[in-house]
Amino acid sequence: MEQDNMPEDDRISDPTPIVGAATDVSPLGRDAVKPAHELTAAEDSDLVDWNRVAASSGFKALVKAKRKFIIPATIFFIIYFFALPVLVGYAPELMNRKVIGSVNIAYLFALSQFFMAWIVALLYVRAASRHDRMAREIVDELDEPRGGK
Amino acid sequence: MSTSLLMFLGFVAVTLIITYWAARRSQGATAYFAANRQITGWQNGLAVAGDYMSAASFLGIAGLIAFNGYDGFLYSVGFLVAYLTVLLIVAEPLRNAGKYTMADVLAYRLSPRPVRSMASLSTLTVSTFYMIAQMVGAGALVSLLIPGVGFNTAVVGVGILMIVYVVFGGMLATTWVQIIKAILLMAGTLLLSILVLAHFGFSFGNFFDAITHVTYHDKSGALIPKNFLQPGHYYFGPNKPYGVIDLISLCMALVFGTAGLPHILVRFYTVPDAKTARKSVVWAMFLIGAFYIMTTFLGFGAATIVGRDFIANNGGTNMSAPLLAQALGGNIFFAFISSIAFATILAVVAGLTISASTSFAHDFWTNVIHRGTERKPGEEVKVARVTACVVGVISILIAILLGQSINVAFLVGLAFAVAASANLPVIIFSLFWKRFNTKGAVIGLATGLASSIILILLSPSIMTVDLPGVAARHLIQHAPIFPLENPGIVSIPLGFLGAFVGTLLGREPEAEARFAELTVRANTGLGAEK
Repeated sequence: MEQDNMPEDDRISDPTPIVGAATDVSPLGRDAVKPAHELTAAEDSDLVDWNRVAASSGFKALVKAKRKFIIPATIFFIIYFFALPVLVGYAPELMNRKVIGSVNIAYLFALSQFFMAWIVALLYVRAASRHDRMAREIVDELDEPRGGK
Repeated sequence: MSTSLLMFLGFVAVTLIITYWAARRSQGATAYFAANRQITGWQNGLAVAGDYMSAASFLGIAGLIAFNGYDGFLYSVGFLVAYLTVLLIVAEPLRNAGKYTMADVLAYRLSPRPVRSMASLSTLTVSTFYMIAQMVGAGALVSLLIPGVGFNTAVVGVGILMIVYVVFGGMLATTWVQIIKAILLMAGTLLLSILVLAHFGFSFGNFFDAITHVTYHDKSGALIPKNFLQPGHYYFGPNKPYGVIDLISLCMALVFGTAGLPHILVRFYTVPDAKTARKSVVWAMFLIGAFYIMTTFLGFGAATIVGRDFIANNGGTNMSAPLLAQALGGNIFFAFISSIAFATILAVVAGLTISASTSFAHDFWTNVIHRGTERKPGEEVKVARVTACVVGVISILIAILLGQSINVAFLVGLAFAVAASANLPVIIFSLFWKRFNTKGAVIGLATGLASSIILILLSPSIMTVDLPGVAARHLIQHAPIFPLENPGIVSIPLGFLGAFVGTLLGREPEAEARFAELTVRANTGLGAEK
């Protein structure tokens, strides 16, 4: 526990002398995951190579997929929402036109905003479950060389 | 004892039991600040909804619709659509890359001390203004609803209760108080809406017909008929040359401000992962949306069934919903709705207090003053508890000092404007712009904060000459220098501009180097706080 709280600099300056061979590698014939106390300093650094992940094709595809949904969805909802105050302000005759009984376009347009928000939210949840799968693949790939957790 | 007092005491008793239960379970910082990150999706959805549906929504919007018709309903729309910004842009990256506060994400790749100081200042500003508005509202309500309890007593009572929840129960107790209140509020609103519809024989046609023929007496005493479905009773008119711009400005503050409200953002740290954070936003959106659609019945119901004249003579706009309950369901229902209003205020101030004290303890005390290390274990929680007491006492004092005669609605507007102009630009830039740096964050936060506060001070909300004979309700008796009530349309672009120009002033290779790490963490959840 104490080790985890140490600043990173202390961990990098590992006092173990550097030798030609990785002497503390687990014995041959054992293909299971190494117990924590047998990990070499390099293996135990617990640092993901963030730059490598960021540059990987899987991660780039994830970011691209997210942007492909989020940017158009954001632009759409902002335009749809701000159309309401703009139209109410600058096209009052149109907005006051009665559609069903005494209900006018202004009220229906305002009401439609609720359904717009719900539909965008549900579409996002659907898209995001695809993103979740892509993210899990990236994380799983990372864990493999170290034999998982 | 009045029925409403009894019901209110019942709510207080239940919440105190929860606080006792939570206090026994809360050990350590993660438990205190983030409820051990064990809150589930629907629970957090209710809690987010509870934090959001403040007295301003329940009482304020019902009143705005009852008095101004359609224009009040625009608030309802904006309050919900705002959650798309939270859902699409902020919630998941924040959960993945942060620990307890919004500043965690900003400090990730920027120089922590200046960034956290400014972020903490802006968080405390938003929370304090928001809280004072709630406290003054609470005091005014209690003194109207429970005969014999004065304004000051009510403010002190609400203040002490919120301190107890936060100091002893931490985030776990605050979350459950929020959940219970949200359920009560939804139930009360649903019941009230059904009664309104029943009044019109369950005919939407009759209901909307009545809305188009609302009558009330204007200042000169003449009876005037109005179509309340027609937009513009509040924002447009011959004496409002900037009405449309003001309305757009309000919409901007709502849509971009919610994603910067600290008491909403901290909620995403109470769930296990980003996926649950996303689920909870969707839960919250359905609850909040259903609630705000029902404000149609509350507000227009009060306008048609109770009437603007009666409300104006019996406590004013904020009493619209309780008076509607009285007209439809008698005194017991009046008591029920009133005690829900108390519960609402109490829960929201507790949520505000915990986000303010978390920000002070985590951002300012531990990370700015002590450079990121606790001197002894448990110090951060201890500081947060002391801060909660201090914040509580200060809000009580300011609320009593301002008194109930001052119009405090602008404080909530100010909170949204600061959140939108100061917090949101830096959150977005730090997540999506590689070159963004410390200078940009500090200047962006400062510009957003200063411009929204200064513009509000110069706006008609503060600077207006009150008519002779009317009690002075504005702090500065002078013609307004800035014509809009909502500064958003100017201050939000200024906040973005400040962050942008500040960034261009210099380069910060370390910040750019850590962008890859932040992006990977924010998008995959790798290494997220468990």
